Amino acid sequence: MSQSVVLSETTPLTAATSRWPDRSFRWLAIGAAFMIVVLIVLVGWQLSRGAHLAITTFGPGFLASSKWDPVTDEYGAWPFIYGTLLSSVLAIVIAVPLGVATALFLTEMAPLKLRQPVIMIIEMLAAVPSVIFGLWGIFMLVPWLRDHLFEWIAHSWLGYLPFFKGPIYGVSMLAGGIVVAIMILPIVTSISREILRSVPNLQREAAYALGATHWEVIRIAVLSYAGRGIFGAAILGLGRALGETMAVTMVIGNRPEVSASLFAPGYTLASAIANEFAEANSDLYLSSLFELGLVLLLVTLLVNTVAQLMMRTLTGQGAGKVK
Amino acid sequence: MTTATDTFEPSRAYQTWRKWKSHGMGLLLGLCAVAVMTPLFLVLYFLVSKGASALDWNFFTQLPKPTGELGGGMANAIVGTLMLLGMAAVIGVPVGVMGGVYLAEYGSDRANYWIRFAADVLNGIPSIVWGVVVWALLVVPFKTFSAYAGGVALGFMMIPLVMRTTEEVLILVPQSYREAGLALGIARWKIITVIVIKAALKGIITGILIATARIAGETAPLLFTALGNNYWNHSLSEPVAALPLQIYNYAISPYEDWHRQAWAGALVLMVMILTLNIIVRVISRGHNKSN
Amino acid sequence: MADVVPAKLSVQQAMTAGGAPSSSKAMAEESIAFDIKDFSMWYGARQALYDVTIRIPAKKVTAIIGPSGCGKSTFIRALNRMHELTPGTRIAGDLRLFGDNLYGPEVEPTVVRRRVGMVFQKSNPFPTMSIAENVLVGLRLNGLTQKDFLRQRLEESLRMAALWDEVKDTLGRPGISLSGGQQQRLCIARALAVKPEILLMDEPCSALDPIATAKVEELIHSLRANYTVVIVTHNMQQAARCSDKTAFFYMGKLIEYDETRAIFMNPANPQTEAYVSGRFG
Repeated sequence: MSQSVVLSETTPLTAATSRWPDRSFRWLAIGAAFMIVVLIVLVGWQLSRGAHLAITTFGPGFLASSKWDPVTDEYGAWPFIYGTLLSSVLAIVIAVPLGVATALFLTEMAPLKLRQPVIMIIEMLAAVPSVIFGLWGIFMLVPWLRDHLFEWIAHSWLGYLPFFKGPIYGVSMLAGGIVVAIMILPIVTSISREILRSVPNLQREAAYALGATHWEVIRIAVLSYAGRGIFGAAILGLGRALGETMAVTMVIGNRPEVSASLFAPGYTLASAIANEFAEANSDLYLSSLFELGLVLLLVTLLVNTVAQLMMRTLTGQGAGKVK
Repeated sequence: MTTATDTFEPSRAYQTWRKWKSHGMGLLLGLCAVAVMTPLFLVLYFLVSKGASALDWNFFTQLPKPTGELGGGMANAIVGTLMLLGMAAVIGVPVGVMGGVYLAEYGSDRANYWIRFAADVLNGIPSIVWGVVVWALLVVPFKTFSAYAGGVALGFMMIPLVMRTTEEVLILVPQSYREAGLALGIARWKIITVIVIKAALKGIITGILIATARIAGETAPLLFTALGNNYWNHSLSEPVAALPLQIYNYAISPYEDWHRQAWAGALVLMVMILTLNIIVRVISRGHNKSN
Repeated sequence: MADVVPAKLSVQQAMTAGGAPSSSKAMAEESIAFDIKDFSMWYGARQALYDVTIRIPAKKVTAIIGPSGCGKSTFIRALNRMHELTPGTRIAGDLRLFGDNLYGPEVEPTVVRRRVGMVFQKSNPFPTMSIAENVLVGLRLNGLTQKDFLRQRLEESLRMAALWDEVKDTLGRPGISLSGGQQQRLCIARALAVKPEILLMDEPCSALDPIATAKVEELIHSLRANYTVVIVTHNMQQAARCSDKTAFFYMGKLIEYDETRAIFMNPANPQTEAYVSGRFG
């Protein structure tokens, strides 16, 4: 039996209840959400405004020019673009195989009890700020690279390749790549794990039932199924890598040169801004740095958007279209 | 049609090879996992061994000494970081939470798609870009580096983070709560604040803490906003010291003593961040049992 | 196709219409594919199979029937050691395949699974492989790469699975581009390509429409000449139509095992009778 609770029998249904608290709350919420859009516009606008002088002065040649000379007020972005791309690609080359292998280990092989601790450790890695990795990089990684790994590589058969020639300082493109790789490992591993977990068990069973060994099951049923997703994870990692600033600045050497050797110092878009922004003493200098920022923003946005789109279409794929 | 006498038997050796290959690959995968975990241990080991020895009472109470002089501490940087985090929260929390409220309670599917997309875009903006933008916005017009500029930069970074986590937990609140409130004739805004947000409060707070832990370590946005300060900060429109900034400046300096202090500062910063993460875990433990 | 008829009548119909011919005289001379004695299985602390003793004949179709949760899927997965993919499972008892102990200390599960093939309830072709690649994957894994041999085996397997004519011109298409029923036949071809001695089928038609089901049942008939088939099914008409012998499981125990005709027309055990006449399950 329903018994409606009547607060007051005489409350008229059409009593004017004040609606402005509801309305203003709603507008607050809308405003907050709208702030996101405002922020994006703000970023784009400020960067374009600041870069305007450099854009009009140098034109598109800015992107290809390697001249970076505050004395003569001539600037070109190529060494930084090269450095950003190369260090990020290096990071991906190192981090993706390691991350996917670790994800495979976690989802396909590790006993349950081992999984949580390992996952926790990897997540802790994600909590370490960039500047602390940089600190560790300067005082631990770089000397070790200089005195051990790089020496070893230079004296091995790899030393004949153009990638490993030239003087060894320790601070180098490769050091930058390694440090960024360490920083993007958590996200690459975590997304790869998600992707691997979404592979239906039925696929693994099909391979097992044919008499495949554990590794063969992983190769045939899991990795090939997850291939596209893992590629998306790599692109996402690339997006992260592109934006890394502090740790890279501290270990890459900060020399605006384009060299084939991974032992050579390099310079990234973000590092250039970080190092030189405060000392830019001419309008054109400052504006060029702004343009570097704009290039960095656009490249990062592009890569991240591509990654997002890939991941979105993939989470719609999954269970296969069995009619 | 051929019959079952057509069976083949692959060689014993090949089967053994397959088996050992499988074991070998498994070992390789495990080694990769170890390799991935190693940097964390290395970093923590160095932090603790080099940092702990430099920590003393002075570190926490004194200001940095002038260049070249030994001793001094990072008291102002520690306080400065806390200040900046507080200011960042003032911007990041209300806007982020209300934005999450919009996505979960008011937004249409189409609007939400684009706003989420925009939030993801914001999350992907390199931190140095934020520094440059806020510099142009707040430092140049007022002709001074300031603490509030640093706070604003960090706050801007916090907004999309808090927005997404808030939205996620608000969506989890069962629709029946809202319906119960509506059925009682309660105003919509009260339902959201008193009922829904209250139900999701743990998740919202953990989201805020996680975002705070993220921005606590950010250096790049502060380089040209808060700038850093060797003295106590007395006003929000003055530059302010911050732990990450101090660590960075000391690390790239040529002075041994400063390197030592950089490790100490890094240890303190790491402890702060880990504490936040531990608090998050403790809060969430009673909350959900899922992995 | 008699599918929409109430259980009681249609079993009789199925038996007389196209049911499996069997002669009890032949029972004594048949060779035994699986010789199983007192076989039990546990999932952790829960026991799923209780002392199952059964001798499954070679080159015949044996159906396993019973209500949900009776252990029939558990049982069939024990025949190719697939239950070992779930951690915490334990077995006891004796299970022999043509005399070889499947659970012997030196036995590799991968070898067992090559000799005992399996087709699953939901078809699961590998999505990144073409039709041809799907069929041949088992052979390639075992190191067989000779092109002519593979081509011959490909055609053979697809013919046996009654799929050759439908796909012979589109072998390069992805395996998942086929319809549900075709995909299941593809999975059968894939299982047959490695020439297993036994083919296990775990409710192979439950995800298929009646026409596809009919095709698969025809297939099972034709496989009998060369393969031992063990099929789990919840569809009693199917068991009646396709199998020579039937085993009825209930609550993890083998209740009754006999010629299919006997199980359905004249069951000895009252529980069996209750199930096949549709009174429960």
